[in-house]
Amino acid sequence: MSTSSDSVPVVRARGVTKRFGEFEAVRGVDFAIAPGESFGFLGPNGAGKTSTMRMVSAVSTPTSGSLTIFGLDPAIHGPEIRGRLGVVPQEDTFDLDLSLRLNLEMFGRYYDLPRTTIRERTTELLEFAHLSDRAEDKVDNLSGGMKRRLTIARALINRPELLILDEPTTGLDPQARHLLWERLYRLKRDGVTLIITTHYMDEAEQLCDRLVVMDHGRIVAEGAPRQLIADHASREVLELRLGSEHHDEVADQLGSFAERLEVLPDRVLLYVDSADDTLARLHQAGWRPERTLQRRSSLEDVFLRLTGRTLEE
Amino acid sequence: MSEPALLGWSRWRRAWWFHAMYYAQTWRGSVVSSVLLPLGYLGALGVGVGHLVAKHTGLVDGQTYLHFIAPSLLATTAFQLGEGESLWPVLAAVKWTRSYHAAVTTPLEPRDVLVGKLAWVATRAIAIGVFYTLIIAAVGAARSWWVLTLPLLSALVSLAFAAPLVAYAAHVDSDLSFPLIYRFGFVPMFLFSATFYPVSAYPGWLRPVVQFVPLYHGVALIRAACLGGSLAPALAHLAVLAVLAGGGFAWGQVTLRRRLID
Repeated sequence: MSTSSDSVPVVRARGVTKRFGEFEAVRGVDFAIAPGESFGFLGPNGAGKTSTMRMVSAVSTPTSGSLTIFGLDPAIHGPEIRGRLGVVPQEDTFDLDLSLRLNLEMFGRYYDLPRTTIRERTTELLEFAHLSDRAEDKVDNLSGGMKRRLTIARALINRPELLILDEPTTGLDPQARHLLWERLYRLKRDGVTLIITTHYMDEAEQLCDRLVVMDHGRIVAEGAPRQLIADHASREVLELRLGSEHHDEVADQLGSFAERLEVLPDRVLLYVDSADDTLARLHQAGWRPERTLQRRSSLEDVFLRLTGRTLEE
Repeated sequence: MSEPALLGWSRWRRAWWFHAMYYAQTWRGSVVSSVLLPLGYLGALGVGVGHLVAKHTGLVDGQTYLHFIAPSLLATTAFQLGEGESLWPVLAAVKWTRSYHAAVTTPLEPRDVLVGKLAWVATRAIAIGVFYTLIIAAVGAARSWWVLTLPLLSALVSLAFAAPLVAYAAHVDSDLSFPLIYRFGFVPMFLFSATFYPVSAYPGWLRPVVQFVPLYHGVALIRAACLGGSLAPALAHLAVLAVLAGGGFAWGQVTLRRRLID
């Protein structure tokens, strides 16, 4: 399935803002998402991701700026746009007393789908979510991971062209996350455009063709994950835990060993070309760190560089 | 895929369907509150207390006691349906299960969610109204052709409470106030809306207070439709209920919109 880059963007935002009273949650963002693309919004809590998602879902309207979805204005064509997209919200929103099947069927009604279609798709989607054997159970009895999968299944009842996922794997164990990712790959392969917000870098690296980093309501960088890492971080990182010493005081002395360095409360990060070589030189110079970790640079480092904060903050 | 804009007006029916589907799963409990309990009152009060009343004072406002309270029980059942569907269920849908938030990610607008909800309340109130019309006729309290309007009046009484209460529940952040509304609002209203004895039984200074209570107008209107009476007061009662329903609907559009999409 190929998508031409000159086709109409699925979503285009120009100078979009969202204000709640005095508080400006989104302060002028620009982006365009091509059909079939997996596009990520990376950022810490409070960066404006969820507000942006709600606007892109044609649920809330921008305070200013221009936003089109499928080339349409959501302020005028909201119901039509929402009929063509699926939303996986941050929190699960089911009727807990109803069965899995009824929750999906009821949602199909909201899209005004014919009953036979709803019934077929419900069976199909329960299969897709690996939940067929729980179809008649109450949603209340499901585990967190199962509920997330059901949320994704529900969001697909109208065969959306665009699927918007807000923190899809928060709170899930690694196994449940990988199962979810696998389902999302399948959708991507089928040509569904995905928009994903996350504060997990590995998730962003795995799932996104392209992403933007948001901070304080603004987009601070945009690009493919590997490109962002290449542009904003060194090849490798050497993490040092120095034990009892105050990290601040040693930062000056370590400066000459790295292209750049970040001092965190519990460790010092040295951005270098080769972590091996740098560690050897440190040993030669008489440094005896308590613990060391050598790794490749990640989106976390990009984020730290761009915002001065870690994603968990 | 796309739908003509003109058909948008009927989107609320999809929200109505949700309630119907939900009710099909959970209807059993409502039989007790909407059918058995009022019938129990009718038996115990209408026949039991009615016997005492007949012995001592004879008629109440020119009616036997059974005929006097039969219309009250439709009015109070419609009222209880209206409030029962509105406080906790709505707060749950906007705050705990967030199922209304899910609904507005589909083609539904907050307005559709609201209209669907109120239409469902009206549907149940009409069903209750039909059932009680038969009971009222069976006990001989149907003295006017206006009884045929009882199903609609039942819906109006339900909506006069449901609409403002849905709006309120969509507005508040917690259910702290709900038990107080029950204890100091609903329970006294149920007992003192000239439900079980006529307004003439109250001391003179209290009568205007009783007439200020919303349910009083529901009881009086339904009683007039059963037993007959002059048109002017009936229209006044109708107007009070219509203002409550209409005002509640307008307020609900504001609070639900604010809650769901801003």
